[in-house]
Amino acid sequence: MARRGALAGDLTASEIVRRRLTGRQADVLGRAFEALLLSALLVALVILVTLLVDIFRDAVPVLSDRGVDFLTSNVSSLPERAGVRQGIQGSLTIVVFVAILAFPLGVGAAIYLEEYARDTRMTRAINANIRNLAGVPSIVYGLLGIAIFVQFGGLSGITGGRSVVSAGLTMSILVLPIVVITAAEAIRAVPDGIREAGYGVGATRWEVVRSHVLPYAAPGILTGTVLTMARAFGEAAPLILIGAATGFLSTGSGGFFEQLRGAYTALPIQVYDFATRNLREFQNSTAAAIVVLLVILLLVNAVAIVLRNRYERRW
Amino acid sequence: MDAAIGDGRLTVADLQGSPRRRRKEALIRRLLFGAGALSIVINVLIVVTLFDGTVDFLSSVDLSTLWTDGWFPRRNQFDVRTIVAGTLLVSAIAMVVAAPLGLGAAMYLSEYASPRSRRALKPILEVLAGIPSVVMGFFALTWISPNIMQRFWDATAFNVGAAGIGVGILITPLVASVAEDAMFAVPRSLREAAYGLGAKKRHTTIRIVFPAAVSGIVAALILGLSRAIGETLVVAIAAGGTGGSLFSLDPTQPGQTMTAAMTALATGSDQVKGASEAFPSLFFVGTLLFLMTLSLNVVSERFVRRVRKRY
Repeated sequence: MARRGALAGDLTASEIVRRRLTGRQADVLGRAFEALLLSALLVALVILVTLLVDIFRDAVPVLSDRGVDFLTSNVSSLPERAGVRQGIQGSLTIVVFVAILAFPLGVGAAIYLEEYARDTRMTRAINANIRNLAGVPSIVYGLLGIAIFVQFGGLSGITGGRSVVSAGLTMSILVLPIVVITAAEAIRAVPDGIREAGYGVGATRWEVVRSHVLPYAAPGILTGTVLTMARAFGEAAPLILIGAATGFLSTGSGGFFEQLRGAYTALPIQVYDFATRNLREFQNSTAAAIVVLLVILLLVNAVAIVLRNRYERRW
Repeated sequence: MDAAIGDGRLTVADLQGSPRRRRKEALIRRLLFGAGALSIVINVLIVVTLFDGTVDFLSSVDLSTLWTDGWFPRRNQFDVRTIVAGTLLVSAIAMVVAAPLGLGAAMYLSEYASPRSRRALKPILEVLAGIPSVVMGFFALTWISPNIMQRFWDATAFNVGAAGIGVGILITPLVASVAEDAMFAVPRSLREAAYGLGAKKRHTTIRIVFPAAVSGIVAALILGLSRAIGETLVVAIAAGGTGGSLFSLDPTQPGQTMTAAMTALATGSDQVKGASEAFPSLFFVGTLLFLMTLSLNVVSERFVRRVRKRY
């Protein structure tokens, strides 16, 4: 860069060529177009910042006045006494259901589709089904939950009707296709050479999957699954339909199984409930509940990022 | 193994491993197939549930109540037009927000951003995608409604416009990510051919990359629309249609969408217990919603496949 063109004073050679080609005109329209495109992202950023600032500002009075009390209080019709303890508990229980049910079933389906299935009509049907399920609006899963787990005649004898068990099962069905799709992607990214090494020494398909494919696909699968759990944690629509309680709720008497089959609520449901009550009174509580929700989601996402950075490989 | 040593020949059975190992293999294969086939079972259950409930509903109500002057389930008025129009209005507003934002962001990330600025800018969309819709509903009601809808138009506190904008923000990351994938998949050689002919970057982006990726971009928009139609909580919180609504296409007024009508049926003012007449209408609306999003998803899938085939 230090060499200067002798003819054009202090311009570099490439600069001279560029000027000759562009006819000494700056591409104003081109710059304007680029700025326009960039502004789309900046608008998104401004919206995001506005959203967070707006919510935090509303939440500060409740969080600074009550602090931990807000986290440990139960559902109440008085804004100064209402807390999110039962919501956090319900949401965590739902996530545990998702982890126990959707995770193994989803990863199993992904292994079948990627490692075992041949290109048959059945396989194509399963694939099409999973893509379709991933596009079904979440509220429709609530209807499925009503029919299977809540209504008399379904499995309500086991789930106890409008209970956290029904909610957990419904949410597991809802996230199952997403788990399958992300896990299948992670498995597909494992190079064939890894598998062939296993087959070469006489391993069966399952042995190759267990000892070769899964260890290498694990970071991708885990990251995807953690993000799916975040989704299950923040999802409210199906829970509204299968009757998360918004008013009175027992404060936790009764045995473990009795509680699982009793009335429940979840953190996003509490946000919805606060927001649709008398908003003037509950605005700050709503914002505080949202802050709790966002902080938990942030922690979950941080776990996902740490997992990805720690185990990520490049082929 | 003994057999092979015995008569000096190797048979297929010798290479298959022990029977126990093969039995285990077959069992695992069957289990995994079961996990895969579960998706079909779920899909069938959804269809049966919706169909069953819809038949229940249609056979129990007077069909003329499906075409009256409003959606008031407690008064047995189930005007389909009202909630479908509300849904389409919200989705249209959402697309007006999400299409320019999503496509602009996608174009910038795919064509203009350096790897470094990409790493810095992409998380904006990723964080936005992680915002739960119940949170966006609160934002739509407490910020968008007073600061946008009521400032520029003569709007009520609860209004369809604010809900539509909220839904639009919510689906922007989806539109951006699908569209970016489509543009990213356009081969470099096409861009280089354009530059070789002396095209400017702007012209290359608009006249070469955009047309080459157009099916993926259309797919992104359709997918966004499908998501907007199924979006529930933003509308349930900010559009204020609880208690029913008259047919209306005014974005400054409260309104009712299919999804919000469903949540209203399940909670609050329209609450209906299991035995009531209005309860099966949930399944009827759910069926409409399912069919609308399903057909949109199928169409968008077609478009995506066209991109994949070409390159």
